[in-house]
Order: sequence, then structure tokens, then C-alpha cells
Amino acid sequence: MTALRPYQALLARDLRLAFRRRADLLLPLGFAVLVVLLFGIALGGTPERLAPVSAPVIWVTVLLAGFLSLDGLFRPDVDDGTLDQWLAGPTSIVGLMYAKALAHWLLYGVGLTLSTPLLAMLLNLPVDLLPVMLAALAIGTLGATQIGIIAAALTARLRRSGILLALIVMPLYLPLLIFGSGAVDAVRLGESPKGALLLLAAQTVLLLTLAPPAAAAALRIGSDNPP
Amino acid sequence: MLQAESLTCLRDEEALFAPIDIDLPPGHLLVLEGRNGAGKTTLLRALLGLHPLTAKSLHFRGTDVLRERHALCSGALWLGHLLALKGDLTVRENLRYNLAIGDEDAAEDVDELCANLGIAGYEDTPTRSLSAGQRKRAALARLAASRRPLWLLDEPFANLDGPGMAVVERLLATHLARGGSAMLTSHGVLPITLPATTVRLEHAR
Repeated sequence: MTALRPYQALLARDLRLAFRRRADLLLPLGFAVLVVLLFGIALGGTPERLAPVSAPVIWVTVLLAGFLSLDGLFRPDVDDGTLDQWLAGPTSIVGLMYAKALAHWLLYGVGLTLSTPLLAMLLNLPVDLLPVMLAALAIGTLGATQIGIIAAALTARLRRSGILLALIVMPLYLPLLIFGSGAVDAVRLGESPKGALLLLAAQTVLLLTLAPPAAAAALRIGSDNPP
Repeated sequence: MLQAESLTCLRDEEALFAPIDIDLPPGHLLVLEGRNGAGKTTLLRALLGLHPLTAKSLHFRGTDVLRERHALCSGALWLGHLLALKGDLTVRENLRYNLAIGDEDAAEDVDELCANLGIAGYEDTPTRSLSAGQRKRAALARLAASRRPLWLLDEPFANLDGPGMAVVERLLATHLARGGSAMLTSHGVLPITLPATTVRLEHAR
């Protein structure tokens, strides 16, 4: 499919750049492990005390760890002129945003989801909760990435965007968090997680439809010649 | 190729320079002159839709750019001050990506392009480890590989040594001979002998 070539090129470039800097890739994972350890120590470490909170703690930790990577989503492309080349080129910015989002999810969403067994072990998460936890995180992080690219696109040209980025992103994470940890809780209480997982998936689908076009618009609005 | 009548760029609703007329037929070179801050870079960006502009008329290959703001995007190749090279990627990877993102195919073999640009042997070196002049050459490889008809070059001679400038001149000569056009900015004497029309950007008032 030649029509997809520019987007494939961007996806391949982002993945390649990430693997050239493997250390940066492991930082969110290290962050997640440390946060989970702090929680585990603060809560006393006994399985009875950890069981009800371990799933929510893992959820918050994964969302925060993913958030850390957002600042670097567009900043390098703004600084080296790549973004201007996109805006001056013939390729659809919306398509490029989809490629960007996919790359980000593959690197951080999938990466953090795969590291959940480790986090779960540190928090004594019951093993029978692990499958639903993984499913919920895989869906939820895809949605979180979409929220992330809107916020990163809005703040791409700001010199210091850290706190602002957090203020935009955190409230929007809330629905994902509610249904994501809700699904795990349902299984813990012996109920079916189906409803919560479907609502989580519905949110993610909605975000997938709206976020990349919104991010593309945000990048154009942020340029010197807004539409 | 590109025709404009009383064209100027806007900054805070005010004209950045006195309106200019442009008539750039295929096979011709146009040089934009002006002091620092005259608006040369801004004019190139404005043509690509990255900055507000105003004109009585502005046409690119028959298309009204005033109506279709991004008309130049698929026909023009722009090389700005920022080279859009990723330091962690090699010369070859950067070139491949930059061509693919505009859905262009390399007109020539990458090794041959690099040899022509005087960076043979650096094809698989990350651009981070290249000198400023070598990076510029790596960015220029995109010109050599592209078949877009209009080149918009911002200070294409900056950072280059004598042989490097000769390379740019050779690239330009080939492009013009093929019926392409080019517009480049300069704030001094051009180190090339190609025939060119000069347009000077002056104060608006």
C-alpha cells in the first residue's frame, strides 16, 4: 500500500529512534517499579492490606509512567524543524498523528502493560486478577496515549510544558482509571468484568476517533499561521 | 512556475516588507536579498502556508495560492535553517525517512548521492557525529534525490566550504536545466555564477 508509506515511515522512524535510546525507554519502567515499591512499603506489605489497593495502585502508576514520556513526544520534532516540514508538506497531519500515537502506544502502552506481572508481584496482586489487569491495561493505555497526544500537541511549542501537561492530562485520565480499575475490582469481588471492560473499550474507540484529528488541529493552531 | 503581485508577509497585521512582484518561470533562479530581519525566511515560510501573507495575486503552476493556501506543499521542496535531521539516525535513514514522509522516491541511489555531495563513507554514520557542514550536505542530499519542481532554499550556502558551495551550485544547475525553478535567500554576495533574478526586500515604509 503506497498510500500509507509516509505514515509507515514515521512509525518506523519513531520506533527506531526509541531503540537507539534504549535507556530512555526503560526510564518509565524504572519509575513504575519504584512507585510501586514505595506504595508497597508505605502500606506495610501484608497481602491482606495490599489486595484491595494493588490494582488501583498499578493503574495510577502505569498512567503516571506513561505521562512522563509525553513531554518528548513532539518537542524534538519542534526543535529540529521536522514539525515545520510536516506542516509544509503534502502529507496529512491527521495520518501522521495516528502513526505517532501508534508508535507511542507500542513503546510505552505495550511496554508498561507487559511489565505489569512484575508490578503485580511487588504488590502481591492475586494471580487470578492478572489476566483482567493485563486486558484492561492494554485497552486503557491505548486510550491514555490518545489523551496524551492531544495534550502534547497543544503544548508542543511551549518552552516549559511539564506542569501544564499534567493539568491537562490527569483529569482526562479519570474515566479510563475508573473503568480500568473497576474491571479488576469486579473480578476480585467475583463479578463479571465485562461491563467495565466494554465501557473502557468504548472510551478508547471514541478517543481513537477524536484525538488524532484534534492533535493535528492543535499543531496547526500552534503554528505562526493558524487556520 | 510562481507568479506574485504585490506580495508581502504580515506580522501583527502589518506588512513586514514593501510589497514585491515575483515572476519565476521554469528553469529560472530567483535570489531574495535583504538585511538581517528583512523577512526573507518569513517569505519562504509564508509561501508554504506557515506564515500569514497578503498579495494582489499569487499563482503556483496555475493554482491560486491565495485560495488554496497549501498549494505549494506537494510541488515545493523547502530547506530551512533547521535541517530536520535526527541526530540518532544515519544519513541514509534520515534521507529515506524525509523522502518517504513526502511520498517521494529517491531519484538516485543513496550511495551515489552521498558521493556526489562529498559525504561518501558517511552514509551509515549518525548525523549527530557529523560536522555542521557535513550535516548541511546530508540535508542537501534530499534536494538531489527529489524531483519536486520548485525549490525554496533558505541560506543554502551557510556552513559550507568552497567545494560544498560548488556542490550546491551544481545541484541548482541540474535542477534548472531540468526545467525546475529555485528561490533562495542570501544576505551577501552569492558564491555562484548562475544567472539569477534578484528581488530585494526593503522596509515597508
